[in-house]
Amino acid sequence: MNRRKFISDTAAASIIGLGGFSLNACMQPKKKHITILHTNDVHSHIDVFPKNHSRFPNLGGLARRAALVDKIRKENANTLLFDAGDIFQGTPYFNFYGGELEFKLMSMLKYDAATIGNHDFDNGIEGLYAQLPHAKFELLSANYDFSNTLMDGHTQPYKTYTLDGLKIGVYGIGIALKGLVSPQLFKETVYLDPFEIALDTERLLKTKEKCDLIICLSHLGYEYAIEENKPDDLQLAKKTNYTDLIIGGHTHTFLDKPTIVKNNNDKQTLVNQVGCFGINLGRIDFYFDNAKNRIADGVSITV
Amino acid sequence: MSLKMKHFVIFITFILFSCAQRQASLVKIDAKQVAIDSTAGTATAIQEFITPYQNRVNTILDSTLAYAPRPLTKVDGEYNTSEGNLMADIILSEANPIFKSRTGNSIDFVLLNHGGIRSNISTGNVSARTAYEVMPFENSIVVVELTGTSVLEMAHFLIASKRAHPIAGLQIIIDKNDELKSLTIQGKPFSEKQHYFVATSNYLVSGGDNMVFFKNMLNITNTNYLIRNAMIDYFKKVDTLTAAVDNRFYKIN
Repeated sequence: MNRRKFISDTAAASIIGLGGFSLNACMQPKKKHITILHTNDVHSHIDVFPKNHSRFPNLGGLARRAALVDKIRKENANTLLFDAGDIFQGTPYFNFYGGELEFKLMSMLKYDAATIGNHDFDNGIEGLYAQLPHAKFELLSANYDFSNTLMDGHTQPYKTYTLDGLKIGVYGIGIALKGLVSPQLFKETVYLDPFEIALDTERLLKTKEKCDLIICLSHLGYEYAIEENKPDDLQLAKKTNYTDLIIGGHTHTFLDKPTIVKNNNDKQTLVNQVGCFGINLGRIDFYFDNAKNRIADGVSITV
Repeated sequence: MSLKMKHFVIFITFILFSCAQRQASLVKIDAKQVAIDSTAGTATAIQEFITPYQNRVNTILDSTLAYAPRPLTKVDGEYNTSEGNLMADIILSEANPIFKSRTGNSIDFVLLNHGGIRSNISTGNVSARTAYEVMPFENSIVVVELTGTSVLEMAHFLIASKRAHPIAGLQIIIDKNDELKSLTIQGKPFSEKQHYFVATSNYLVSGGDNMVFFKNMLNITNTNYLIRNAMIDYFKKVDTLTAAVDNRFYKIN
């Protein structure tokens, strides 16, 4: 091919491209919208609770969750769906099928990632490993070192997603297993300090991966009033610098609304958890605008 | 021609660069919780996928075994609860014959953990499903022999825990300052010199819920009897679940 012709063709194509799109994009403000959906502590709840249930009458249900998620995805294609752990254990579906149905259904709902809760070890590290072929989503865990276990290489500390040109970084943080899970079940899984690892991971997502939005999937628990030294999401939020949202689990906390916490940079960050058993779906909508610059506390948060 | 083109390329590059400089900034966040109720609709394909699994599970679990005339919960009492008492009483009645036939000894008392009760029991029919809901874990009943000293440590743990961990076969009375006032086991005063056989969950003796007094156990007998199966067996024997909050653990004001 004639080199000059190639350049000229390319340039012409670029001119058309710029004239039709990029120049306008530069001059006009471009608004972007990312929707984050989340669940936690679903504990194998697949069916709707019975109408006479004393706590959750006629609530929850996976087919309903699927319909809701589908509707939201149709409203905004730039949607991600996450779970903050304890997928397993809580209904006979788990006792009968070992988590196969939970993972298959989460895959059908197109979950993007989940972190690992303490109950996800309930059939041992082998039990979790055995269900991996049914999971078409990532298992994210930055502070469990699985090197000496069957799970080695089957989890990632974090994953990034690019939606509408925005990069979203998501990392997973798990709870201390000692005292919660029998050592025979978690085997040689090594628990690393959640705060240290979270700070390292969010820094990496900000500086190296250049993420526009950083989300933590945490199974630490929302807050420990009595055991003050036990790491929880509220403490984690205060220590972070770059995490925009902590999606929590473990404590089955039903919040009236997501909690706004001032982080280490004196910026607002969100901590949310939606109870348990698939009763609720968390929905966080992030709006971006390239006409405006983000200034300290310039983000308007409606909860 | 060639010169013009070069200019154009440089110009374009400049525009692209300046455009890239202007990054999208986060300006607004809306956060809310959406209830998953009947208004959500139902994804038919998902429901159809679930149905065969559901049918098999239901067939096995839904035959009525007993009846609950009122709700049993683990939160209806401060020091003991209706559901906790039911669970602990079941362990005592169902596991004792097994333990006795194997060892010749009797279970003195039962200790479970409050967190191990995973669901309340609603008014109405009680089935194997109920047992799965309350006790989803594959935990089995173990009987450990403890020294009196360990039992005393356990009593202090229970008082300090501020949670109604299920117990049966013993009575704990505390005074208004939360000091142990009376401890009786099988109706007899506690003796620190005596050894006791305690039925509990294999989860708790392996370090669960930080019940550290189990570390000093003298021996352990695993019945290999699942707590859930003990519940199902009990439900088959009785017509009505009558458990209630009682005086097995209380505070004198």
